[in-house]
Amino acid sequence: MGFEDTALMSRILTLMTLSFHIIYATIGVGVPLMIMIAQWVGIRKNDEHYILLARRWARGFVITVAVGVVTGTAIGLQLSLLWPNFMQMAGNVIALPLFMEVFAFFFEAIFLGIYLYTWDRFEDQRKHFLLLVPVALGAAASSVFITIVNSFMNAPQGFDVLNGELVNVSPLLAMFSPAVPTKVAHVLSTAFMTSAFVLASIAAFRLLRGSNHIYHKKALFLTMKLALVFSVATAIIGDFSGKYLAEYQPEKLAAAEWHFETGSEAELVLFGVLDGEEPKYAIRIPYALSILAHGVPSGEVIGLNDFPEDEIPPLWIHYLFDTMVTLGMWLAFFSFVYVVGAWRGWSIVTRKWFRWLTVLSGPLAMLAIQAGWWFTEVGRQPWILRGYMKTSEGATTSGQVDLMIVLFAGLYVILGIGTVVVLSRMYKRNPVEKELAQRESVKGGEE
Amino acid sequence: MTLEIIGISVLWLFLFLYVIVASIDFGAGFFNAYSAFSDKQHILTGIIQRYLSPVWEVTNVFFVFFFVGIIGFFPQTAFYYGTTLLVPASIALILLAVRGSYYAFATYGAKINHRGYIYMYGLSGLMLPAALSPVLAISEGGFMRLEGGQPSLDYWALFTSPLMWSIVVLSIAAVLYISAVFLTWYAHKAGDAKATQLVRKYALVWAGPTIITATGIIFELRGHNPEHYASLLDLWWMFALSFLLFLGTVFLIWKKRNYGLAFILLVGQFFTAFFAYGASHYPYLLYPHLTIYDSFTNESMAIALIIAFIAGLGLLLPSLYLLFRLFLFDKDYVKGKSDYHA
Repeated sequence: MGFEDTALMSRILTLMTLSFHIIYATIGVGVPLMIMIAQWVGIRKNDEHYILLARRWARGFVITVAVGVVTGTAIGLQLSLLWPNFMQMAGNVIALPLFMEVFAFFFEAIFLGIYLYTWDRFEDQRKHFLLLVPVALGAAASSVFITIVNSFMNAPQGFDVLNGELVNVSPLLAMFSPAVPTKVAHVLSTAFMTSAFVLASIAAFRLLRGSNHIYHKKALFLTMKLALVFSVATAIIGDFSGKYLAEYQPEKLAAAEWHFETGSEAELVLFGVLDGEEPKYAIRIPYALSILAHGVPSGEVIGLNDFPEDEIPPLWIHYLFDTMVTLGMWLAFFSFVYVVGAWRGWSIVTRKWFRWLTVLSGPLAMLAIQAGWWFTEVGRQPWILRGYMKTSEGATTSGQVDLMIVLFAGLYVILGIGTVVVLSRMYKRNPVEKELAQRESVKGGEE
Repeated sequence: MTLEIIGISVLWLFLFLYVIVASIDFGAGFFNAYSAFSDKQHILTGIIQRYLSPVWEVTNVFFVFFFVGIIGFFPQTAFYYGTTLLVPASIALILLAVRGSYYAFATYGAKINHRGYIYMYGLSGLMLPAALSPVLAISEGGFMRLEGGQPSLDYWALFTSPLMWSIVVLSIAAVLYISAVFLTWYAHKAGDAKATQLVRKYALVWAGPTIITATGIIFELRGHNPEHYASLLDLWWMFALSFLLFLGTVFLIWKKRNYGLAFILLVGQFFTAFFAYGASHYPYLLYPHLTIYDSFTNESMAIALIIAFIAGLGLLLPSLYLLFRLFLFDKDYVKGKSDYHA
């Protein structure tokens, strides 16, 4: 009993740390690209507003990065503290991308420090802009390497097990598991998409709160355009992810879709409740599951009946999957309406209720990220390393995990509140109108 | 040179670098809090913010590098140390969070300079070495039990061990000493006479405790781990060299001469002592359970990691050079003449 308990406790603590960290990690991967684009547009158009936009985003970004460093260090260490048996095995096969991630982050941290402390230090703005390239590259590379490790957990390869010993280890083969292409692309595009929506939320909120400055309008239009691009990319990649799952992790797709019997012309089940093996009150889309899995209505989708009972993920991941997909679809649709509306001059996009919907889009995108990660992690259960090691076998035997849960819960609450308070106070004290006026007067003085 | 030795040397080098850069960071925070407490604030605050704020994330990566690297090269350490260090390492994480959030919230952000926060930040700098350094005591053996094949920490034995407490005291004294010597140099470069005078005094105060506890630990090892003690004595000349370098630093600080050289000698002092200690620990990662040979990863992973390491260094060294040129060796920046923060 005690053994099972520590595994459950370790899962809870890991879930807590990752759910909190992913907020900062997503912003950490996505926002540098947004800053880069804004600064680039500013330099190209010689428009002070976009430059200031980049600068103000950078100021907020550094705070989220600092908290992200803290939570990232926590999860890095917790992997070994909570899952020592797993890490001992994984260390032999998948240590390479973990190691490379540290370098990528190192690279990012160095240039972020330089970038932040060298505003206006260079005559040529483009030099300063160039410093941002390694930041964005390092951030993206970090997430690629970590996602590679996660892919390995889902589709392990690159080693053989002989009498309980790991042999024929190939670190490169382990790195490039079949899960990598879709997972990496999905993580990157959703990070960009979510960051764009979060920044759009902020701009929309400022516009609602009385500031009618063109600066916010430019920010909103820019971020919504980017949000649309990455929402569409995410949808396309999501389709490939479905095909990956059908091929390599059919039990995850089947559990997510409540698909019990192997068969072709499978329907996609949205929401509903489960009565035995019969979904009730659900929206059913004929052939859609077969199309998602294989691209044709006649595609045969493997059902849960083909798996032993104790190797099936919990069926409630259905709701996580549906939440993720629904939110993704809504956000793609919503940003499409906005961009077309703003371009064609529809008055609806400047209405108050529409602005409020825009404010909502950032939190919704973040919710979709959470649902997605919960889905992929819970959907891998009962495995920590699919087919090789069960989650309960990977966990620590230390009896103090419950106490640590309390400790870290307190920490994350404080960090979360601190982030919100500090960010809002920072921007409130130095509103954009004030800063623009200051920059104008400085320039006037110089001429 | 075997792959095992290359692996542990790389990790030990990064741990050493972490000890130096983190000590500067931890100690500076403590001095800052102490001067706030004794109403000498502002003497140090500016210097600390100018040097520490841009580089603390880089400091932190050295630590992450070490624990990710050790799992990579020696995966079995995850089993022994991972299982037993849950509580101390979690406490260290909380303390690191205090520091990280101070930079995030108080120096980058809305400049919340509440006194309580400054004290917490300062104290965390002393508690972190105290939370991390017991690992060195644990590695000497005698504090870990194996029950049914599962390791667990014997807290009673650990907390009643004079060896553990000496290591804790040494780590704190060393943090304050390293930090004070560095800040003396930095403050002097910044042309801040008042601050230089203050931190120079701290450097002289903490030199004594550092060398006394360090020597004490060597003698405590005689009783605790005779095998390790014997191999320490074989390397007596390295410790002698370290002691000479220590004398050099103290002399220069005392004579108010050449603070830059004083800091370099200090790095040399810790480098020789740290590597002598590490070499004498060889081949054990954990007495008597774990050596670098039986915990080592497979050959293909080891080679892959070493290649990645060399490639990574090729990327990092020029970037680090750029960082230091801008923030450590740039006269205007150090003197606080230019403020280009976003």
